Amino acid sequence: MERLYKIRKGLDLNLKGEAELKLRPLEVAEEYAISPADFHGVVPRLVVKEGDHVLAGDPLFVDKATERVKFVSPVSGIVTQIERGERRKLLYIHVKADKAQSYKEFEKISLDKATAEEVLALLLDAGLFAFVRQRPYDVIATPTDMPKAIFVSAFSKMPLAADFSFVATGWEEYFKTGMKALTKLANVHLGICPEQINTPLLPVNGVEVSVFVGPNPSGNVGVQINHVNPVNKGEVVWTVGPNVVVMIGRLVAEGKTDLTRRIAVAGSRVNQPEYVETKIGTPLSVILKGQIDADAHLRIINGNPLVGQKASEKDYLGAFSKEVCVIPEGDDVHEVFGWIALRLNDYSTSRSYFSWLFGKSKQYDLDCRIKGGQRHMIMSGEYERVFPMDIYASYLVKAIITGDIDKQEELGIYEVAPEDFAVAEFIDSSKLELQRIVREGLDLLRKENA
Amino acid sequence: MIKKFLDKVRPNFEEGGKLKSFRSVFEGIETFLLVPNATSKIGVSIHDAIDSKRIMSFVVIALLPALFFGMYNIGYWNYQSAGVAAGFWEMFIYGFLVMLPKIVVSYVVGLGIEFIVAQWKHEEIQEGYLVTGLLIPMVVPVGCPLWMLAIAVAFSVILAKEIYGGTGMNIFNPALVARAFLFFAYPSKMSGDAVWVSKDPIFGLGNTLPDGFTMATPLSQSGSGVEVTTSFSDMVTGLMPGSIGETSVIAIAIGAVILLWTKIASWRTMLSVFVGGAVVGFLFNVSGLDSDIAQLPWYEHLVLGGFCFGAVFMATDPVTSARTKNGKYVYGFLIGALAITIRVLNPGYPEGMMLAILFMNMFAPLIDYCFVQRNISKRARRAKLQ
Repeated sequence: MERLYKIRKGLDLNLKGEAELKLRPLEVAEEYAISPADFHGVVPRLVVKEGDHVLAGDPLFVDKATERVKFVSPVSGIVTQIERGERRKLLYIHVKADKAQSYKEFEKISLDKATAEEVLALLLDAGLFAFVRQRPYDVIATPTDMPKAIFVSAFSKMPLAADFSFVATGWEEYFKTGMKALTKLANVHLGICPEQINTPLLPVNGVEVSVFVGPNPSGNVGVQINHVNPVNKGEVVWTVGPNVVVMIGRLVAEGKTDLTRRIAVAGSRVNQPEYVETKIGTPLSVILKGQIDADAHLRIINGNPLVGQKASEKDYLGAFSKEVCVIPEGDDVHEVFGWIALRLNDYSTSRSYFSWLFGKSKQYDLDCRIKGGQRHMIMSGEYERVFPMDIYASYLVKAIITGDIDKQEELGIYEVAPEDFAVAEFIDSSKLELQRIVREGLDLLRKENA
Repeated sequence: MIKKFLDKVRPNFEEGGKLKSFRSVFEGIETFLLVPNATSKIGVSIHDAIDSKRIMSFVVIALLPALFFGMYNIGYWNYQSAGVAAGFWEMFIYGFLVMLPKIVVSYVVGLGIEFIVAQWKHEEIQEGYLVTGLLIPMVVPVGCPLWMLAIAVAFSVILAKEIYGGTGMNIFNPALVARAFLFFAYPSKMSGDAVWVSKDPIFGLGNTLPDGFTMATPLSQSGSGVEVTTSFSDMVTGLMPGSIGETSVIAIAIGAVILLWTKIASWRTMLSVFVGGAVVGFLFNVSGLDSDIAQLPWYEHLVLGGFCFGAVFMATDPVTSARTKNGKYVYGFLIGALAITIRVLNPGYPEGMMLAILFMNMFAPLIDYCFVQRNISKRARRAKLQ
C-alpha cells in the first residue's frame, strides 16, 4: 500500500497553452548538440576532436574528476564543431547526424542476476549515469558515493509541465525495468500523484511508492525527499528523472543508449501545443518549426516557465528539459499606473489584484516582465507560504546572501535545490532571483566542503 | 503618450546627460507612471504581478479613512472649543488645510532624503517611505510645529532607516522613531494638554483660540486621576482629542480590513496585540490596584490612545515585526501587554503603545531566533539519530 502525503503549501499556476495529449513524431534534424553546462557541477574533458565520427552512445566528453562519468552523443555522425565561449568555456559539441543511425552496442545484462557494480558500470559506460543527480548541491552524482536512497518523482505540477503518464504511454515496461535496475544500486522511492495510482506505471516491485497530493511544487523530488526521508549533513541521495528511468530501462532491455524523449511543446505563443518525440540535443528551431510567429516578441524557454532557461531558436534541447515553452516576452508592453490599476488580466496571489475573483479555472497568459523593482526582503513569511518543506526558506535565503555557511547548514541547505524555490521566486514581491541565489550558495558550499 | 514623453526626456538623465544627478528621480517617476518592462534574465521567466509599489500603495489606501477622519476631527475640536457651530464640510476642509502642510513637509523632507540616497548608492528609490511619510504626520498631535516635524522626519529616515540599508533592513519602525524623537526632544509639544487642538484659522476657516487653551485626552485624564469625560461611543467613532490619525476606531477598522483582506498585514500580529492588551487590561481591572487608569475598563483601553492605530498600522509592519509564524503571536501579545502596562504603571507616560512597539521591534529578532532555533535543533537531532 502506498503512503499518502498531503501537501498544503504551494501554488498551482494555470497558464494558457497547455500541450494537448497528442504525440507528433519529429523529423530527424541535420545536426544535434550537447551542452556540458546542462550537467551542473561537472568539469568537462573532451574526448573527441572536430572531424571524429561517433556512434550514438559514444562519449563526447567525460568529467575531469573521475573520468568515469561519460556524456554521450545522442546520434551517430561527425563531430562538426566544438563551440567555445568566453575563457574557452565549452558551450556546445555539435554532431552532424548520419543518414542512417547506428548505435553503440552495450552488453545486455540480466537484472535478476546482475550485481550493483555491473549495473553501475553499464550506466556509466552508456552515458546514462550523467543524468543522475544528487542532493546535497543538486549536481551530477559521483559514482563512488554510496547513496542513502534514490528518489524518482513521476509527476510535475509545474506550469505547462509535460505529463509523464502520457509521455510514458507504451514505455511502461522500460520504466519498470529502469526502476528495477535502480533498486540494484540503493533503496528506491517513487513519488506519484493520485491520478497515477491506477495507471500501467504501477506496480513496480521492490520500490517504495508514495502518493503526493497538493499543489506545485509537490512534484519536485526535493519536496518528496523532505517528507519521506530528509537529507542530513554527510548523507547523499540520488535523484533520477522519470524520463531517465525510461532511458535506463531501454538500455537494459535493448543494449543501446537511445536519448529519445517525448517533450511537451507548450505556451500561449505556440500555434499547436502538443507533445513531440525527439532527442536530447535537437535544435529548438526544428522542434518549433511552424509553431511560432517569426517577428513577435517571444520568449523561448528550454524547460517550463518556472525553472527552464531562457533560450533562442539557435539553442538545443537541454539534457534535463521536459518541455519547450514559448510565451510572450513582454518588453513591448507599456502598462500605465501599475501600482493602482486593476490589471484584470494579470495574475497575482495577492488580493490587491483580482485574480482571486476568477477562480482557479481561468487560464492566464503571462509574459516575462518582472513587473517590479528588486528590493530587500520586505514582506515576511512570503516564501514559507509556498515552500512545502520543513525549512525556513526566507532565513535560508538570507543565510545564503550573507554567506553564513554554518547557518546555511543548520537551516537545511543540503536538502534543497534551486528548483524548489521557483514558486517562491514567482510570488516574491521583492523580486529577488532566488534560484540564482540558491544555485550560487550551493556551488560555494560545495567548493568549501570539497 | 506617456511613454513617448519619457523616451524623449530620458537621454537627459542618463550618464553624461545634463540632468544625470536626477537619474533616481527620473526612474522613480518613470516606474510610477509605467510598469517597468524589464524582463527576467535568469530564474523564473514569469512573475506574480505584485511588487512593493503595489503593497505600499495599498497600505496608503488603508490609511486614508483614518487620515480623513483625523482631518474632520481637527475641525470638529476647533469649532467645538470655540463654541462656534459649523457644518461637516467646513470642519473637514479646515482640518484638511491644517493637515496638508504637515503631509507635504513630511513627504518633501523624507522623499528628498530617499532620492539623494538612491542617487548616491545608484539604487532605485524604495517606496517604503510612501507609507512612513503618511504615518508620521498622523501620529503627532495637531499642535506639533512643521519645523519639528521636518527634523523628526530627517532624523528617522537617516538614522532609523538609511544607515541600516533602507527599507527591509531597518530594525525600528521609522514612523515610530520619528515620534519617539519628538516625544523625548520636545516633550512639551508632544504631550500635555495644550497640543491637541488646532488654534489658528486658515484661509478664513476655523477659529482663533487663546494660547492658554488646553484640552486633555481621555488617557491623560485617566492617568492624572481626573474623571474621563469622553463617552464610550465617542471613543469608538473617534470624536476625542488625540494624535491626528489615531482617534477613530471605525476608520482604523476599515484600514484593518483592507490590510487583512490583501494579506499585507498579518492577522496573527494584529489579533494578538488586541488579545495581549485585553488580557493585561483585564488583569489590572481585577488586581485591585487603586488608580483610575488601572480601573479603566479593559475594552476602553483598547479603543483609547494609539492602541488601535499601533496594532493595525505599526505592529504589523512586516520589516520590523517578527517574521516567523509563531513568533508573530508572541510579538503581538507582548506589544499589547507592554502598552497597557506602561500606561498603568508609569505615571510619566500616559500612552505606552509607541514605546511598547519600539521595544518589541528590538526583541523581534530574538523571538524569531527562538523559533528558528527550534527548527535547527530538530534537524540536528534528526542527523544524530541516523
